[in-house]
Amino acid sequence: MAWNLSSDRPIYAQILEVIQLRIIVGQYKPGEKIPSVRELAAEAGVNPNTMQKALTELERSGLVMAQRTSGRMVTENKEMIREIRNQLAREQVQEFVNKMKELGFDRDEIVTLLKQAEGGEK
Amino acid sequence: MSELVEIRNLTKIYEKKKVALDHLNLTIGRGKIIGLLGPNGSGKTTMIKLLNGLLVASEGEVLINGKAPGPESKSIVSYLPERTYFQNSMKVKELIAYFSDFYQDFRPERAKQMLAGLNISEDARLKTLSKGTREKVQLIMVMSRNAQLYILDEPIAGVDPAARDYILKTIITNYNENATVIISTHLISDIERVLDEVIFIRDGRLILQETVEEIREKKGKSVDAYFREVFAC
Repeated sequence: MAWNLSSDRPIYAQILEVIQLRIIVGQYKPGEKIPSVRELAAEAGVNPNTMQKALTELERSGLVMAQRTSGRMVTENKEMIREIRNQLAREQVQEFVNKMKELGFDRDEIVTLLKQAEGGEK
Repeated sequence: MSELVEIRNLTKIYEKKKVALDHLNLTIGRGKIIGLLGPNGSGKTTMIKLLNGLLVASEGEVLINGKAPGPESKSIVSYLPERTYFQNSMKVKELIAYFSDFYQDFRPERAKQMLAGLNISEDARLKTLSKGTREKVQLIMVMSRNAQLYILDEPIAGVDPAARDYILKTIITNYNENATVIISTHLISDIERVLDEVIFIRDGRLILQETVEEIREKKGKSVDAYFREVFAC
């Protein structure tokens, strides 16, 4: 999951999404330690304070937890990770459906198109 | 503890009544990376020189850790001027020795590590290096001090984009958490992701001091785009 940061939205929100996605796809596994603020900041090429803010936000949501010694780990609550994954999927689908309706497609047409896309057909 | 930098009513008038800074007021805190931005001739370098005690104010004052610039402030401020000032006949390793002698807080291991990262030989003489490489060497020296305040005047202007990324990463990973870095530049889009705050100045006056995230949130645009709007000709 790369850091494709766009220029017109707050950076911390975009970083937060990338880390969330990395957790969902298992790049950072449940109960595992995630890289330090400095390491992540250098990797993303962003300000360490901004990275700190994103991680604090993720802590608040419970997806990552601060460890007593140092650093942060991904929650061991797999249910929570699955729920966030579903939530993201619902958002994506909703956005897709809204756009298709804007284009004037009805439910059946959308379903047909989806099936075709899944089969890799034109 | 007093603020790291306090600028009060700072005014600098050069000969022939050229006003470079006009009653500038601002405060700079610790642990931040700050972009000092403004069009050509807006007073950026004048402000930086006053911070370093290289010029005398016509009016007002600059305080670093609550004190006027002097030997004490120079021991905690690491300054990268816009021009290189090294003896060209020197070798890179002689420069490292020179800095070690001059600054108690200089860390030669750190410099060597960064030089290796950019494939710059310690045995090279400065005059055999390209202009961009000399700039990199100078920045490495400045960033290898364990200072409280780094003041970088146009640090990335002469280097290629790949080296620019490396340098920005160097800055992110090398300054300590309580230190502040002030970067003056025109290349806003290249550096805005590493900044906490930006200071816009024009005609020697403060136009804006704001966090980068706030600008993006409130204006819905990048600092670069906002700068172009504010300073549109």
